[in-house]
Amino acid sequence: MGALRVFEHNALAYRRVWRGSVLVSFISPIFFLTAMGIGLGGLINRHSGGVAGVPYRDFIAPGLLVATAMQTAAVETTYPIMAKITWWKTYDAILATPLAVADLLLGELAWMVARLGLVCFIFLAVMEAVGATRSRLAPLAIGAGILTGLAFAAPIIAFSASLRRDTGFAALTRFVITPLFLFGGTFFPLDRLPLPLQAVAWLTPLAHGVALGRGFTLGGITAGAVAVHTAVLLFYLLAGAVAAYFLLRRRLAP
Amino acid sequence: MPPATDPDSVLIRARGLTKRFKELIAVDAIDFDVRAGEAFGFLGPNGAGKTSTMRMIGCVSPVSAGALTIFGLTPATDGARIRGRMGVVPQMDTLDMELTVRENLVIYGRYFDLSWAEAGSRADELLEFVQLGDRAGDQVEPLSGGMKRRLTIARALINEPDLLLLDEPTTGLDPQARHLLWDRLYRLKQRGVTLVLTTHYMDEAEQLCDRLVVMDNAQIVAEGSPRELIARYSTRDVLELRFPPGFADSGADGRFDGLAERVEVLPDRVLLYTSDGDECSAAVHRRGLTPDSALVRRSTLEDVFLRLTGRRLVD
Repeated sequence: MGALRVFEHNALAYRRVWRGSVLVSFISPIFFLTAMGIGLGGLINRHSGGVAGVPYRDFIAPGLLVATAMQTAAVETTYPIMAKITWWKTYDAILATPLAVADLLLGELAWMVARLGLVCFIFLAVMEAVGATRSRLAPLAIGAGILTGLAFAAPIIAFSASLRRDTGFAALTRFVITPLFLFGGTFFPLDRLPLPLQAVAWLTPLAHGVALGRGFTLGGITAGAVAVHTAVLLFYLLAGAVAAYFLLRRRLAP
Repeated sequence: MPPATDPDSVLIRARGLTKRFKELIAVDAIDFDVRAGEAFGFLGPNGAGKTSTMRMIGCVSPVSAGALTIFGLTPATDGARIRGRMGVVPQMDTLDMELTVRENLVIYGRYFDLSWAEAGSRADELLEFVQLGDRAGDQVEPLSGGMKRRLTIARALINEPDLLLLDEPTTGLDPQARHLLWDRLYRLKQRGVTLVLTTHYMDEAEQLCDRLVVMDNAQIVAEGSPRELIARYSTRDVLELRFPPGFADSGADGRFDGLAERVEVLPDRVLLYTSDGDECSAAVHRRGLTPDSALVRRSTLEDVFLRLTGRRLVD
């Protein structure tokens, strides 16, 4: 119940920025699918007949959807969370009411579901509009995006709760988010990487999220693969949430 | 808002209340009672343990040792219920920069499970009460310090609390803003709201507090009404004498013996604590001492405070 109030708070704040936010959610897939799909994809399709048996645009589109979810989660759980902990002390104000730290965390994660859902829904709508999906399971890619976003959001909230200053966020972008975006399976099949790097990629949530999303929009994914990828993402979500809970408590209610 | 509990009942009871942060003892086994309807103050220099005590009463910071009950309930098990009947005005403003003035109050009401309609109507009333009705739709950021404080107080009242905690409510405000705030707090007290505040402004404590404790080094060093404390730890009058520079260095000490109950020689002044300042002043002149200026004033809580906690600088 308390978590719902935190969700309401975020929704109320979002009312002020929703137009710009929705616009960006449309622009991002349109730009990426155009540049990568038509520009780069044209070259790739001509020289190697696409990737994994489909045109390059259709190959990368689900990867971009899931990677966009990851980036949205990273943006929403770094500076905004630090602001609420440290700069504006919004959480201190909330904790003076009947709400508790668990409500803060669950409310933020619930809000992330809504934000990610909107971003992924718009992304998929653009994909459908340009004909980049090849399976009736394609709408499930929204779920893959949301779950991947949460698998990043929870541990990053924990990270934000552990930081005194915001300098750590630049490192997070440089050493985690950007490399994963480039090497996490969004732009090329992971088997193109040397084996050790493949192993590293499969340890991260993004590779599993991309595999799941791609399986849904291109079709042909097995139930077993869905179970494995989902389990890895849930693991990151749960482990991150537990860590976030204790770090937020240590920070906000010492 | 009628008093929710009978006036003589104890609202907060602390026995051996202790707060530790690793090796640091922030609050060291203090005892106090706050009765329903009174205004109770914690005075003390920075780092004395006031805010730690307030955070334990506010059920945000767990009690390290000792017993604490608020409304007869225990923070560890009934924190949410206690917080539901309490309003908190923190030392630093924690207003929501993402929301408007009015939305700050409405969403806060939602945290206390008020309906949107109820939260909205209380928000409008409270904005009038703190004279911010015309700023309802504005952003919070451009408000002045005094306005932000008033908004914070309004926010703390959205759940019609029986107990209001104020941690240094007027620090950093100009005199006009302070007096307006005191006036609002006085009205709340008249309505039966119990006030617990920390301050290091002695005039604020004298204005607002029925009873107060002075804290120093994590402990309570004195307790009573402002008048009792002055009677116990100071004299009725204080005679302040100013001498030419260098006077204190030339062995001033012995020259004031017997003139007052207590003598304090400072670099720029000599303070004589006495029951009759005018008589004392005359005696100083009879002794052949010729200060540049002599001022007789009543003892204040500040004299008590400085006597109890010393003149050393705390940063």
